Amino acid sequence: MTPRRAALHTVWRRPAGRAGLIALALLALLALIGPLVLPDPTAQGDLLNGALLPPGSGHLLGTDQLSRDVLSRIVTGLRLSLIIGLASACLAVALGAAVGLIAGSRAGMVDTVLMRIVDALLAIPRLFVLLLVLAVWDRVPIPALVLLLALTGWYGTSRLVRAETVRLRGEDFVRAAEALGAGRLRIALHHLLPNVAAPILVAGTLGVGDVILLEAGLTYLGLGIRPPTPSLGGMVLDSRSVFVTAPWTSIFPGLVIVLTVLSVNLVGDALRDALDPRSA
Amino acid sequence: MTPLLEVRDLRVSFPAAGGRTIHPVDGVSFSLERGRTLALVGESGCGKSLTGLALLRLVPPPGRVDDSSVIRLEGKDLMSFDEAAMRVVRGGRIGMVFQDPMTSLNPVLTAGDQIAEAVRAHRPVTRQEARARAAALLGEVGIADPARRLDEYPHQLSGGMRQRVMIAIALAAEPEIIIADEPTTALDVTVQAQILELLDRLRLERGMAVLLITHDLGVVAGRADDMCVMYAGQIVERASTRQVFEAPAHPYTHGLFGSVPTIAGPRERLTPISGSVPPPAAWPTGCRFAPRCPERFARCDSMPSLRRAGPGHDARCWLTGDEA
Repeated sequence: MTPRRAALHTVWRRPAGRAGLIALALLALLALIGPLVLPDPTAQGDLLNGALLPPGSGHLLGTDQLSRDVLSRIVTGLRLSLIIGLASACLAVALGAAVGLIAGSRAGMVDTVLMRIVDALLAIPRLFVLLLVLAVWDRVPIPALVLLLALTGWYGTSRLVRAETVRLRGEDFVRAAEALGAGRLRIALHHLLPNVAAPILVAGTLGVGDVILLEAGLTYLGLGIRPPTPSLGGMVLDSRSVFVTAPWTSIFPGLVIVLTVLSVNLVGDALRDALDPRSA
Repeated sequence: MTPLLEVRDLRVSFPAAGGRTIHPVDGVSFSLERGRTLALVGESGCGKSLTGLALLRLVPPPGRVDDSSVIRLEGKDLMSFDEAAMRVVRGGRIGMVFQDPMTSLNPVLTAGDQIAEAVRAHRPVTRQEARARAAALLGEVGIADPARRLDEYPHQLSGGMRQRVMIAIALAAEPEIIIADEPTTALDVTVQAQILELLDRLRLERGMAVLLITHDLGVVAGRADDMCVMYAGQIVERASTRQVFEAPAHPYTHGLFGSVPTIAGPRERLTPISGSVPPPAAWPTGCRFAPRCPERFARCDSMPSLRRAGPGHDARCWLTGDEA
């Protein structure tokens, strides 16, 4: 069994990991095929008689104050959340891994300068930076939002990867690779990177949850994804005025946020236990 | 004819406490001929492993090989090579086998990956070709069912098999020289002999030269053509293996033989060499072995050079014949 399959197997054997994987698979499936079968999430029906319908009644999770189907909007919002979470966590991890590898495999000045920059960046709260940028940048396009979330989320990974790389650099197999004529780049990519894949994978998975939560929060503050694009955070924001009379309009999107982040984190924790027994 | 590898006055420097410089390898000279095995013998700490690394210019920083050192591969001075040119030499012309196959293989890459990588580092071949070559190499180093072993990870292989994989990696780019640094020390006794057999067979088949670095005289006997005995960064005796075994000239070599148990002959008490190799910072200015030498006399306060003990037999001792 390859290490990758072995890790997946270990995650599956843990109840929490298995629950997370199943929940995540179901959510992903919903986000994938939901939009194909559900009504248009932006279509407004009869505004007089179709608004704020309770669950059931032709709309499984009811309608909002603009008579749009809540389930459709949740599914579309979920899809966007997952895409943003995945894309920006991947970007962040790639950036963090690259910086960590460079710093770790090139000792001396390069290492010192890069790590001091990371220290400085870590000292600035992520939310503060995001609020600042988004407050200035009105109606930020989604790709830019992904980039922003990635650019503020790679510091931890870079330190993790650097620490591992420094430890590995002294290992015999790195010396052996050198003695057999491998260059610096080859050693970093071929010998060091596969050895730090485990912490990268864990950091990336947990990063997905962070980003989804952060995006929902920013959108709830009116700074992230703007209407009419359906988003989970946006739905909670839009329905706060009717929360008491039509709780389904905010409770269901809220629940989906919680469920998504929870299942991602469950998988991430199980992965960490499986791949890195030291930090368990 | 120029020797395949000629080393003259190889010296490695490390900065030490108090702004001083120490030389763990201090003026080592030898030459290595095609198809022959030269053994570098000595206790731990005598600088023999560092000599091996220095030949590839891989002394760990802050150490460095002194510019006055001469390392000639087929007459070309490796000291004048830049990093890119050295990378071609490393693995491509001089392969290296390390002591511990446990830690010298990358734990997350399959045996096949690692051999194929070594092939691709030096030859413009496709992935498939490299893989086929890796399988052939595994077969050549005596691993049964190479196609299956190709996809196994180091932890799935036994110690002996791992060392065979290491040798296959070292052979990947068909180097002319193999430096084997204590290749059998981490292995079971029964496996040791097999690995040494393998190195010998490969040397004969491929006409390679082997530099065998070891502390074990039993490994040298019958396998090395020539040997250099190292002590405290210097070569103290240099001759054919037969000459050294028949008539060791240096008191240190005597001492080494005295500390090895023999099966044949009368049962005798082993006579160890008292003390241990002092660290480079504490080396005496005279003969470095003098403090441990049973035969030291007044002259040992000054450093002897290599002196002729017989034809092709040199020893760094005042008790030995004439100036070499």
